[in-house]
Amino acid sequence: MSTVSVRIPTILRTYTGGESEVKAEGATLREVITDLDANYSGIAARILDDSGKIRRFVNVYVGEEDVRFADGLDTPTPAGTQISIIPAVAGG
Amino acid sequence: MALDAADLGPATSLTCRECGESYELGPRYACEQCFGPLEIAYDFTGVTRASIEAGPRNIWRYRGLLPVPSNVQDTPNTEPGFTRLVRADHLAESLGMQRLWVKDDSGNPTHSFKDRVVAVALAAARELGFKVLACPSTGNLANAVAAAAARAGIRSAVFVPSDLEAQKIITTAVYGGTFVTVRGNYDDVNRLASEIAGEQEDWAFVNVNVRPYYAEGSKTLGYEIAEQLGWRLPDQIVVPVASGSQLTKIDKAFQELIRLGLVEDRPYKVFGAQATGCSPVAAAFKNGHDVVRPVKPDTIAKSLAIGNPADGPYVLDVVRRTGGAVEDVTDAEVVEGIRLLAGTEGIFAETAGGVTVGCLRKLVASGALDPEAETVIINSGDGLKTLDAVAPVARPSAEIAPTLEDFRASGLA
Repeated sequence: MSTVSVRIPTILRTYTGGESEVKAEGATLREVITDLDANYSGIAARILDDSGKIRRFVNVYVGEEDVRFADGLDTPTPAGTQISIIPAVAGG
Repeated sequence: MALDAADLGPATSLTCRECGESYELGPRYACEQCFGPLEIAYDFTGVTRASIEAGPRNIWRYRGLLPVPSNVQDTPNTEPGFTRLVRADHLAESLGMQRLWVKDDSGNPTHSFKDRVVAVALAAARELGFKVLACPSTGNLANAVAAAAARAGIRSAVFVPSDLEAQKIITTAVYGGTFVTVRGNYDDVNRLASEIAGEQEDWAFVNVNVRPYYAEGSKTLGYEIAEQLGWRLPDQIVVPVASGSQLTKIDKAFQELIRLGLVEDRPYKVFGAQATGCSPVAAAFKNGHDVVRPVKPDTIAKSLAIGNPADGPYVLDVVRRTGGAVEDVTDAEVVEGIRLLAGTEGIFAETAGGVTVGCLRKLVASGALDPEAETVIINSGDGLKTLDAVAPVARPSAEIAPTLEDFRASGLA
């Protein structure tokens, strides 16, 4: 099992007791989110929609890469990877 | 941040555009249920053509339709807006059109439409208790934020891609403030700003954590166009698309004017314009998709180079609802568009304006846009900010010695 670090956006910190960054386990993003939900119950349903896909207005980055450009939920998450969950924003 | 006494004019609440969840007005921007973008809901009362016309010749004439304090005119701001609506007969003739106008937003204080959104964001941010005005930007927004913060006497913190046009670097840095170039593209900068916004609670990132207020500033483009046409909506409008917010807010403005009885309720078509090197919304439109697949931008139209446009799905909704389209043009066509507008109307547009003119031409040629219907296009920024785009092709006719002989020999008489 590889341990990764996950940055939590403000609107999900109610699930993590206010923590802005937490540890999680998993070899892929899907496993990481499952592990997050085991420790912070309900958080997966905020990130994923009813069909289990990443919600339209959520961006997830593994390292520097937007997972929509990688393998989505199957994107590998090697030990030490930094994962960021960010609401979609744009316009600059 | 407490805001019990906040006066945000006619704004009443925040509503999720995805799931409809409602929230109290405050410094929030994403729905806690589904991450959907929040939008301002209003209770408009007492707004008439006369009350608007009695206002100042800037966007505050529409303050009764914006989420800003009722005394917004009493605090320092850049006071943008009421830019000229130019009748463009020569451009129309060259494209085989009848009635064409250019809404020229290069006339704003920092020479782009971003002064509108920043002015509204600044007013709301002050009311909500923020101390610093910040943004990630492709350039124009950086100019507008740095200038507005200077005028308001507060700190600015601006983040841009390090490969930005030199003109936009200089025209941001000149206002002072904290100005950071980031080694990455706009989407990288945007992501960084989102993460910083989660840490720095008294920083108002105008297009991130105060985005619902900020975005409303684009409605003033729609109001002005209608008022300047004599309280009438155009038949067709062509709007450049980056995040897509400008296009959707112009549509929102038109809908509000109809609902308030300020203009006649009649159909209009909204068209979107993108550069081919960053055209995720045009691609989705042409492929009949409802979702916008993000891209890695590669175009000279850097102010439109947002590969993951947050309002993309809503652009598709507006365009399809009104019978419009989303078109895209190559970088070469962008440059041609800039030169065509400059050469026919004396308006020097930045690359985004070249995209819009290029797409207008393409939409007329394809028959998607009716050449006989009343049409307005948006020029969102000034060509002086993107000189590099036209520098290779905009050259003197000749170089001569200061003699009549040389002039005659040049064949230019």
